[in-house]
Amino acid sequence: MEPDPKEAEFFRRLDADESIEPKDWFPERYRKQLIRMMSQHAHSEIVGMLPEGNWITRAPTFRRKIGLLAKVQDEAGHGLYLYSAAETLGISRDEMYQQLLQGQAKYSHIFNYPTLSWADIGMIGWLVDGAAIINQTMLAKCSYGPYARAMVRICKEENFHKKQGMEIVGTLMAGTPEQRRMAQEAFDRWWWPTLMMFGVPDQASPNSAELTRFKIKRKSNDELRQRYIDMKVAQAHAFGLVVPDPDLKFDDATGHWRIGPIDWNEFYRVLQGAGPCNRERLEARRQAYADGAWVREAAAAFEKKRRQKEETAA
Amino acid sequence: MSSAPPARADGDFTELFEVFVQEKAGEAHQHVGSVRAAGPSLALQHARDVYARRSSPASIWVVPTAAITATVDADIASFFEPAADKAYRHPQFYRVPKDTPEES
Ligand SMILES: [Fe+2]
Ligand SMILES: [Fe+2]
Repeated sequence: MEPDPKEAEFFRRLDADESIEPKDWFPERYRKQLIRMMSQHAHSEIVGMLPEGNWITRAPTFRRKIGLLAKVQDEAGHGLYLYSAAETLGISRDEMYQQLLQGQAKYSHIFNYPTLSWADIGMIGWLVDGAAIINQTMLAKCSYGPYARAMVRICKEENFHKKQGMEIVGTLMAGTPEQRRMAQEAFDRWWWPTLMMFGVPDQASPNSAELTRFKIKRKSNDELRQRYIDMKVAQAHAFGLVVPDPDLKFDDATGHWRIGPIDWNEFYRVLQGAGPCNRERLEARRQAYADGAWVREAAAAFEKKRRQKEETAA
Repeated sequence: MSSAPPARADGDFTELFEVFVQEKAGEAHQHVGSVRAAGPSLALQHARDVYARRSSPASIWVVPTAAITATVDADIASFFEPAADKAYRHPQFYRVPKDTPEES
């Protein structure tokens, strides 16, 4: 069978590292994979506001409060960049959002864990945003132009998120024994779940091969995870934190830190809805959507009137 | 004539707008992304909230995405073809006597 010339041209452009734009021809699978990935990413930003929002009113100082508030606002912005970038693929924001509210769409499993103490806020900035930066730096070079450009914009803002988290962790670790214990306990809770944020090993991932072929993914899950481990173990030691992994050891031959086995069953459990906060997160989003109905109605009424005026004037 | 798309059945009057930001007065406006909004004035406010949370740009434009006319891929070669063979539009095409002093 003759290869489709359009498809051949598409792969030639991928090979030449040219960026694919909305008006270009691309295979249906490329559209499907991007919509899946970008909408999950957008949902993660939106749901990701909830665990941190939990502490805004209880932030220990004003400095912490304005920092956290600005970070959570950024995450809302990230969600909007991503929804509008995904809209270039011919799906509406409303459709994506309904998929989230109806529980049909996935989002990062990490946001289904609770924020039990203030130290969790430090851990989220340092570890969760730290992991997101590694992922998103790779995606900033992905083949789809609107996605890549949204990632460039997001990466610039993530550094502030990570640093405000590191300041919190550093402050707690320089504090009283009780503050240090609080930080260690939070670290124990977040370490393993953040390692799962890079996804299952590529051999076990149903989408990795295709995403790599489409140059949406440019590094393997394990490669990214190892980068994260090497960076975070060194930082944890500098903070004076103990990594909760009895198997952790430094491999002199390769210069990498090696970890013990990851409990992927936990990952699947949380992803499939049985995490500590899945139900609460979805309910909070549904409530927010219902509470915002009057705003959407008012905006629609306002625009309807404006268009009527415009028509009578024309 | 109004370029606004018809409202959806459920009374949603939102549409997509492309956002252009001018970071400093005197610079060109640059495309930064898009926002969905019910009408241009809300689109401007959303654009500010989404694309100017840190910097204070000199100005922002929003343009309904539907109002943009773009080149079509299939025609690109012939569309831009007239420029391809006109070397005489570039300074390199012209020769100046060797010993003429360079301008600084
Ligand atoms: Fe984010
Ligand atoms: Fe972030």
